[in-house]
Amino acid sequence: MRNLSIYIHIPFCVRKCFYCDFLSGPACDGEMESYVNLLLREIEKQSIFYGDHRVVSIFLGGGTPSLLPAWETGRILERVREDFALAENAEITIECNPGTVTAEKLENYITYGINRLSIGLQSTDDGELARIGRIHDYASFLETYRLAREAGFRNINIDLMAGLPGQSLASYRKTLERVAALSPEHISAYSLILEEETPLYVNRESYTFPNEEEDREMYELTGRYLGEAGFQRYEISNYAREGWECRHNKVYWRRGDYVGFGLGASSMVQNVRWKNPEEHAAYAACVEKMEADALKRMADITETETDRAARMEKSSLQGMDFAEMLRQTDRREVQELTLQEQMEEFMFLGLRLTEGVDLQEFQRYFGKTAEEIYGKQISSFTEQGLLEQEGRRLRLTPRGVDVSNAVFAAFLF
Amino acid sequence: MSITDQSKIRNFCIVAHIDHGKSTLADRIIEQTGLLTSREMQAQILDNMDLERERGITIKAQTVRIVYQAKDGNEYIFNLIDTPGHVDFNYEVSRSLAACDGAILVVDAAQGIEAQTLANVYLALDHDLDVFPVINKIDLPSAEPERVKNEIEDVIGIEAQDAPLISAKNGIGIEDVLEAIVEKIPAPGGSPDNPLQALIFDSVYDSYKGVIVFCRIKEGRVKKGTKIKMMATGAAAEVVEVGYFGAGQFIPCDELTAGMVGYLTASIKNVKDTAVGDTVTDVNNPCAEPLPGYKKVNSMVYCGMYPADGAKYPDLRDALEKLKLNDASLNYEPETSIALGFGFRCGFLGLLHLEIIQERLEREYNLDLVTTAPGVIYRVYKTNGEMIELTNPSNLPDPSEIDYMEEPVVSAEIMVTTEFIGPIMQLCQERRGRYTSTEYIEASRALLKYDLPLNEIIYDFFDALKSRSRGYASFDYELKGYEQSKLVKLDILINHDEVDALSFIVHADSAYERGRRMCEKLKDEIPRHLFEIPIQAAVGGKIIARETVKAMRKDVLAKCYGGDITRKKKLLEKQKEGKKRMRQVGNVEIPQSAFMSVLKLDDN
Repeated sequence: MRNLSIYIHIPFCVRKCFYCDFLSGPACDGEMESYVNLLLREIEKQSIFYGDHRVVSIFLGGGTPSLLPAWETGRILERVREDFALAENAEITIECNPGTVTAEKLENYITYGINRLSIGLQSTDDGELARIGRIHDYASFLETYRLAREAGFRNINIDLMAGLPGQSLASYRKTLERVAALSPEHISAYSLILEEETPLYVNRESYTFPNEEEDREMYELTGRYLGEAGFQRYEISNYAREGWECRHNKVYWRRGDYVGFGLGASSMVQNVRWKNPEEHAAYAACVEKMEADALKRMADITETETDRAARMEKSSLQGMDFAEMLRQTDRREVQELTLQEQMEEFMFLGLRLTEGVDLQEFQRYFGKTAEEIYGKQISSFTEQGLLEQEGRRLRLTPRGVDVSNAVFAAFLF
Repeated sequence: MSITDQSKIRNFCIVAHIDHGKSTLADRIIEQTGLLTSREMQAQILDNMDLERERGITIKAQTVRIVYQAKDGNEYIFNLIDTPGHVDFNYEVSRSLAACDGAILVVDAAQGIEAQTLANVYLALDHDLDVFPVINKIDLPSAEPERVKNEIEDVIGIEAQDAPLISAKNGIGIEDVLEAIVEKIPAPGGSPDNPLQALIFDSVYDSYKGVIVFCRIKEGRVKKGTKIKMMATGAAAEVVEVGYFGAGQFIPCDELTAGMVGYLTASIKNVKDTAVGDTVTDVNNPCAEPLPGYKKVNSMVYCGMYPADGAKYPDLRDALEKLKLNDASLNYEPETSIALGFGFRCGFLGLLHLEIIQERLEREYNLDLVTTAPGVIYRVYKTNGEMIELTNPSNLPDPSEIDYMEEPVVSAEIMVTTEFIGPIMQLCQERRGRYTSTEYIEASRALLKYDLPLNEIIYDFFDALKSRSRGYASFDYELKGYEQSKLVKLDILINHDEVDALSFIVHADSAYERGRRMCEKLKDEIPRHLFEIPIQAAVGGKIIARETVKAMRKDVLAKCYGGDITRKKKLLEKQKEGKKRMRQVGNVEIPQSAFMSVLKLDDN
């Protein structure tokens, strides 16, 4: 059995935050229901390709997935359980925003098997929260956090942001102190990125942002302060107590297989990358095509195979033109990664992790040493103090993290 | 066409300041003489290069022959020779004028006389042309035809009271202009029985016919089979075809005779052999002397042109070769730059000519170019008595071998309203100008005369002039000669490496200021790298200015969008692509725009 991770996109939120360019927007209950219906159909039809996979993590992301009525979330997870082989200790995360969950909803989550909660706090300063258009204040976060612990969540992540308009090093330190004191298992601390066409970008002239120097000081402070508080940085923006790293997140950096369901969701399975359509109508049409395709395949399976084991074997990606099937069912940006592209990804994704990349693994996987392919980059960046090597592990130095894009770009062919 | 009565020919041109309506009037004349229907007229018939139409200027001389039914009942042949309208092409203008017997002076009824009006009229009068004025744009609310008439009489000293009042744009008064052409412009002289003497005023290359020579027959006759010789270049050939200029086409005829304007072809492969101003004569019955006024045209401004993509070097070479076929005043030779790779040092008549060639290369030949700062030709007198003409600053000999240097100086005339005399004089001082005189045209306008070093006006003088006079000043110049000057080579060092393509020659007194501004400008142009980059200006190894591009502090993508690696990779790819378009000097990537941005240093 191969390992598989599942991402499920919930494109709903109360309203868009000012920095957000994700695929999400407000919706009524009816719209949510019909979206979940589509989602269930997609999950069911796609499962026929993963009969030989075991699901090790599920991530419900958005948007604000906690906006869904609890029973809708329940329907989704029930469908996954029914159609996929779920590992017993699978990590199942749902993202939620303060103020969108009740004690009851959280208890329901536990019942559905959700064992990790990711709470979008961003800052403990109400002024900063208001400036970026968050729907909650610090107090409502504390309430949500308390309810989550009471409901029985043992694995909680808190999202933070540095570089917010009006944020100072002092106010950021305050946020770090308060959050660390709550003792969550995991903290994600991102630098704000101004994405074009977001309100924050459009009105950027009317805000005061921390300058680059302050931004980097905030980054350094995060590592230092959280380190002292018992959180280790394991990826550029992610910190966890020992043993509580996000397994789902690491799948992306280590190039494990994952399949995304829902509007605009991204997938990579066996070195093929693709995306679902980003408009609702196109997504619905895409699901229709998946169904038609699945119907044909299922007919083939039921006619020829009767026993379950044989059927399982048939319901896999073995021996089929996977990429062709994806294209025929309207999936977007279908890309069969060439060996070179796989090497590029191995480097620029793996180097995001604090542990870096294993050069021995590179050689095992690609049949060539990393030095043969990237000798120039590795030695030049090592000389410049941006990369360092310990045994056969290669990783970014702290200065290398600051300018990591420049390093990563050099690993592209 | 049967033998034409010489007394019914009128050879003329239109002279004007830029934008006073020369090309529009030409269009109306062509239209009203009936050879063309309105439908056939493109917006402006004579300016037929796209570039000319866009810039509203005439680059190459255009000529058209039209037939006019005059009020006296006779049919007249008009040869309208449209002359280039920019100071860069003064010599071409003078040769076109020499092909005419008279000129129409177009003056804008609102703006009156401008610097180029004067320059062009004097040029026409110098060629003994009969000039009559027309007042254009009389339908403008701000038109003051009476004032302008008086101004023409006072300043130029030609009769203007009966000048036709017209609006070329709206077709008002064109008939008056046509009648005035018949009355006021003399019929051509010369005799068909004398030995052939024809003036070349332009030539174009055609891939089927070879070079097509535009000429005015001053004396004698020429037809198919005539063995001709160009008296200055010495090229000889047998005439294949003669003819005249239809609207946008060549119309063959049997013979061209004295007084006529037309073309000839003679399997000539290169426009170099048919220099503008040269005299064509009959090998078997040569004229005693060539027509006066021929001179070899020299490039005044030089710059390096490099393909942005090094692999396009052969394409650039081919394109220059093709342009040269049609433009004898374009010079180029291969050169190599450490920073920019393989390219060409190109010589031009002036900055406009440079810009036009550059745009044509980019548009018509689809080339992406990097151009180095334009410079003039300096004369370097070495201690060993040798003199070299320097077109590329990199070739400046070691200072110890230099006795002294000379730079070209021009006589400039600037027409300006009196309120701006102060700022304009200040500008001329800043540009090392030597004041000659001020002439008041009328109470509110003056003609300033200065001698200015050419290298001070080729970059951005015109822009500065316009901005300091709110657009009111106009400007004309001609080369005066060479003068000794205290010149130094300014070098730019980026991360301690000298960037040859950024070196230039400058007057010692302006070196510090120029160096400082160059460094400032480059600081903004060069993106931050992973390390700190010093930018220095140096003269003779001594650093005179410095700026620093700080090391990049942050370049990191924090967030990953639900496993959307493709989006992330696209960002990295964009970053890598951006680097590819830059020039590598040492380990610094310099964007191509940096090489160009230093051309515009005057930010007043």
